[in-house]
Amino acid sequence: MKREEKFPVLKKEGQWRAFGLFAGKQIVRMAALLFLVSIAAFFLLSISPVDPLKTNVGQAALGSMTDEQIAKLEQYWGVGVPMTERFLSWAGDLLRGDMGISLLYRRPVIQVIGEKLSNSLWLMAAAWLLSGTAGFLLGILAGKKRGGLLDRFVTGYSLVMASTPAFWIAMVLLMVFAVWLKILPVGFSIPVGMSAEEAGIGERIVHAILPAAALSLTGISNIALQTREKMVEVMESDYVLFARARGDSERSIVWRHGIRNVALPALTLQFASVSEIFGGSVLVEQVFSYPGLGQAAIAAGLGSDVPLLLGITIISAAIVFAGNTAASLLYGIVDPRIRRGGRKG
Amino acid sequence: MKNRRLTTVILMAVALVFLSAVTASGYFWKEAALATDFSRKDLSPSIAFLFGTDWMGRDMFVRTIVGLSLSIRIGLLTAAASAVLAFLMGTAAAVMGKKTDSLICGLIDVIMGIPHILLLILISYACGRGFWGVVVGVSLTHWTSLARLIRGEVLQLKESNYIRIAERLGHSRWYIAFRHMAPCLFPQFAVGLVLLFPHAILHEASITFLGFGLSPEQPAIGVILSESMQYLAMGKWWLALFPGILLLVTVLMFHFIGQGLVRLVNPGSAQE
Repeated sequence: MKREEKFPVLKKEGQWRAFGLFAGKQIVRMAALLFLVSIAAFFLLSISPVDPLKTNVGQAALGSMTDEQIAKLEQYWGVGVPMTERFLSWAGDLLRGDMGISLLYRRPVIQVIGEKLSNSLWLMAAAWLLSGTAGFLLGILAGKKRGGLLDRFVTGYSLVMASTPAFWIAMVLLMVFAVWLKILPVGFSIPVGMSAEEAGIGERIVHAILPAAALSLTGISNIALQTREKMVEVMESDYVLFARARGDSERSIVWRHGIRNVALPALTLQFASVSEIFGGSVLVEQVFSYPGLGQAAIAAGLGSDVPLLLGITIISAAIVFAGNTAASLLYGIVDPRIRRGGRKG
Repeated sequence: MKNRRLTTVILMAVALVFLSAVTASGYFWKEAALATDFSRKDLSPSIAFLFGTDWMGRDMFVRTIVGLSLSIRIGLLTAAASAVLAFLMGTAAAVMGKKTDSLICGLIDVIMGIPHILLLILISYACGRGFWGVVVGVSLTHWTSLARLIRGEVLQLKESNYIRIAERLGHSRWYIAFRHMAPCLFPQFAVGLVLLFPHAILHEASITFLGFGLSPEQPAIGVILSESMQYLAMGKWWLALFPGILLLVTVLMFHFIGQGLVRLVNPGSAQE
């Protein structure tokens, strides 16, 4: 008899070692992908024909400037330096934690991102939690009775939400609650004319309700549909049939067989949906003039602020990859086949 | 429900007629959409102006239809380009050996790792914004999931007997790919293509709404909605509500066609 079989604890330790290896591989993979993303983003921004001088200084102003001034500006915006050279110096700075200076805000990119991200992050976190729990519950209820009234409602809702742009939902919410009923503010993260220090947490929450609601409403559809699908599968399985024959109550079937089986895929899906929530937040922040990361990305894109746009791309890709890695680690913890390597999701 | 297939076909036909009508009328109303008349500005919806008029007296119904027509055409173009790309990439990953496979899979991972809207902004910026920025952006970002699907399907096909026999008979890789695999893949491909439209149209509208897409002179649906934003606080709800609803209906129509196609292609659903 092998030692592991005699001592189940040791076997468990071996499993954890395998899991550690699996986790390490995932993290290395994430770092490699992040590197590739930064190359791709840098490449895309470098081949752009958009002239930063013309967009930011203006044709008329350029015409009235001396050559000397133009040369100085060109140096400021980095015109005329070869791409690989710029990438290497940028990547080197990035590794030291320096993302350069934002051309629009005239402050270090790290600072700008940190400030905007703190606005966005809890908006996204609220939407992520809300849409996750609501979508999961709706999916369970819908899948419990396939073809029932609630099922039709949930599938219909999800279909409509998946076919609506997030920004339009935001606009409708704004029209109803801010303009028509006048019970919530029209936009921004704090009252107009108030400085960031004066605004209390209550005011911030009031201003975040509509954006978070818009994000959650659209986020529900995906998770609800997937959970419903799995739930239907479970409810039509042989073991549920057997549980029914045994006389289990509907409630205990849903609780013991349904939720247990459906919870994990739903959690994984929710972790993998970070990218969509981020995309939605860009649109929703634009509608509500909410000073978050998404709005900064739009401003950077329209204003040719290459360092800021690059920084935002890296940070958001890191958040997305962290979500994906968390999803696969979660699966690894529960499903031993994946933990031992072999096939990946 | 006596015959599911018949209802599906009828639904698809209705959706198709609706979409073609919108696309065609957008073509004829191009001038009407730009016509301004300050004697009738800011009218709320009525019989004469179903969707009301805007601050320049333009008929919002006509503008919306023209904008949707433009969006549908861009959607068709980009979805088709995306689907072709997905087909080529997916097949190449499955057939051309391990190196190509890991290269393409890595590319898919990178594309999926950047939030979609952000990637669209980056590509639009790389193309110098404007019409081609949208078209290239949407085409280059939507092929990934379909490519994965096709790759899996081809990998499975490769193991099947009739493909192996064809290999033993000495047919070339490309001959097998196009003669034996393509017909088998076609249903999945067609469904994937149709289901790409809704995404393509929504992303086109979103990126235009953000100001990266079509120029403000064009009555694209994203432009209409982003212009209406400035008038929301003044209570002009019709400027945003109706164009949005019509966009929603259009996207749903594409969805119905796609789902109908799934039902028709899948023989098991005939008896449902």
